[in-house]
Amino acid sequence: MTDTAKNLVEVKNLKKYFSINTGFFKSKQLKAVDDVSFSIKKGETLGLVGESGCGKTTVGRTLMQLYKPTAGSIVYDGKQIKTPSDISEFRKKAAIVFQDPYSSLNPRMTVSDIIGEPLDIHKAYENKQERRERILSLMQKVGLNSEHASRYAHEFSGGQRQRIGIARALAIRPEFVVCDEPVSALDVSIQAQVINMFDELQNDMDLTYLFIAHDILVVRHISDRIAVMYLGKLVEVADADEIYEHPLHPYTRSLMSSVPYPDPKIARENKRIVLSGDIPSPLNAPSGCPFRTRCPHAAEICAQSMPSLSEAATGHAVACHRLKEIS
Amino acid sequence: MKKSAFSLHVDLESFMPASAEDKEYMVQMRPSSTFFKDGIKRLRRNKVAIVSFYIVLFITLASIVLPMLWPYSYESMLGVVPGKPVDASYNNLSPFKYGSTELRKIEAGEKVFPHVFGTDSSGRDYFIRVVYGARISLSVGFFASIIVLVIGLTIGAISGYFGGKVDLILMRIVDIIYSLPDMLMIILLASVLRVSLGPAIENTIFAKLGSNVISLFIVFGALYWVSMSRLIRGQILNLREQEYVLAARASGARGPRIITKHLLPNCMSVIIISTALQIPSAIFTESYLSFLGLGVNAPMPSLGSLASEALNGLTTYPYRLVIPAIVISLIVLSLNLFGDGLRDAFDPKLRT
Repeated sequence: MTDTAKNLVEVKNLKKYFSINTGFFKSKQLKAVDDVSFSIKKGETLGLVGESGCGKTTVGRTLMQLYKPTAGSIVYDGKQIKTPSDISEFRKKAAIVFQDPYSSLNPRMTVSDIIGEPLDIHKAYENKQERRERILSLMQKVGLNSEHASRYAHEFSGGQRQRIGIARALAIRPEFVVCDEPVSALDVSIQAQVINMFDELQNDMDLTYLFIAHDILVVRHISDRIAVMYLGKLVEVADADEIYEHPLHPYTRSLMSSVPYPDPKIARENKRIVLSGDIPSPLNAPSGCPFRTRCPHAAEICAQSMPSLSEAATGHAVACHRLKEIS
Repeated sequence: MKKSAFSLHVDLESFMPASAEDKEYMVQMRPSSTFFKDGIKRLRRNKVAIVSFYIVLFITLASIVLPMLWPYSYESMLGVVPGKPVDASYNNLSPFKYGSTELRKIEAGEKVFPHVFGTDSSGRDYFIRVVYGARISLSVGFFASIIVLVIGLTIGAISGYFGGKVDLILMRIVDIIYSLPDMLMIILLASVLRVSLGPAIENTIFAKLGSNVISLFIVFGALYWVSMSRLIRGQILNLREQEYVLAARASGARGPRIITKHLLPNCMSVIIISTALQIPSAIFTESYLSFLGLGVNAPMPSLGSLASEALNGLTTYPYRLVIPAIVISLIVLSLNLFGDGLRDAFDPKLRT
């Protein structure tokens, strides 16, 4: 990764609010994603971590234009995505892999039709023969046998289904893939296979990933940079190793301290930073810094304004008012 | 080796390496089976449903074929011969009895086709009237459910897929229709329509059907689509949030493709099942409307109007009520059982 590589995806001040009916004729705004900005360089993998319900998936889906953003801009390859024709152009270059390998495949379609669907939509083949060849080569690429082509999704295991989902995402030869917790529904041994496959595919096909997960170790393994989300906001962005070794934001610190270490001696010495309380409901998000209700270092200023994401070191951005006091 | 009899250690000596043949057997894959093949296989195993299916098939075929072969027609009064006085001996014949002219023919050695169920009070062969009644009832049931299916499917799919304001308006209309008392609406509509439709359809192909049958279809079309559309809407609402629909949208699919390729195939089982269960309820409604005199136009018989006519001579000719009643029950019961079988076979989750 060189610094001169240009940004493939730029997200600026992205907001996605859902309105939730709280009573008869009353509705409230749920700020699933609130003012999130990041960029992904070509060929890079950006890992996005955070606990359940913090808006990771919403970021991925809004980025893929599956949800209409409430505000903010998404720039792909130097061009802002705005009109429906931009969106359909964007969808020829970007794809998404979903979290749940069970509900993301249509139970009434054969594997070859599932993988071939993006090809059908974009009319990416000349004749039936070419379509079949492309589907078979995709299946081979993700490690499925060609005799699986005429089968239905329910006949496969979770890992195989996720491979089908990946083959579908790769069908249109995308440049950019959003991986929305692609391994969290799989068990550990299969996780490793699938993640290594993501790695190999990135090298083979020159892909750029936004890799969403809640498992820090998985994200660290695959990502070049990591962004940490809390309650709809980004709190820290840095290189994968940097954030793992030197987390700055109090939330990231607690997150890193919770990573299990496979050596009991070291694990015993490591002090876990246990947070008190639960993640607040995004319907009643706290004022100012969203983390202040659980932050051991919270001060008055934290309740007044949201700290901006600013660079604490080169390539290491943190959003915390009391960064100096903590470190 | 086991150390003690109660040891839970796995005894390695009881294992054998798999032969090449065994391995071959394990990797062999069963042929792929589609959803419909699976469903048909399950349906075949359900004896009740299969027997009901054959009963329905038998009655349907009989009501199509028999009127072509039978020597008597449903409307010809056997005692009435042009230019001669009415021969009353043909009225109210018991089963397998003959009228006066027929008896003379038999004496002369000619063969006369028997009146299996006798004749009615106007001297019409009762068997063919029952067959015709079954034909009318079945076709009303069948076409009414198709009308219901088409209207319900379209409105339900639109409402479920677009959601929001469209859904709100359509579902309020459904609520309004739901809150009207069915029976009253059907009787009112049927009696209003038979008057207003009569002149309108004169000299068209519909005239042969009679204004009452047309009004029956309109009643079904106007009232019974609501439950079907709610059902489809619920299914579509549920399926619309599935990730495979999102996946299709992410790869650029638009509304029509998503509805036809992803949403409808996945609620096919519900559609088939509820249509199958709609047929008997339509037959039932037709029968009671005919019984009340709002059904098909005389002289065309339907099972309900036959039962209604039989009420006049109930004490003397009870079988005239019993026969159409049995046929209605048989049709409705077997269609219901077959519909239940379909539901069990194609949508095991719906089973209660």
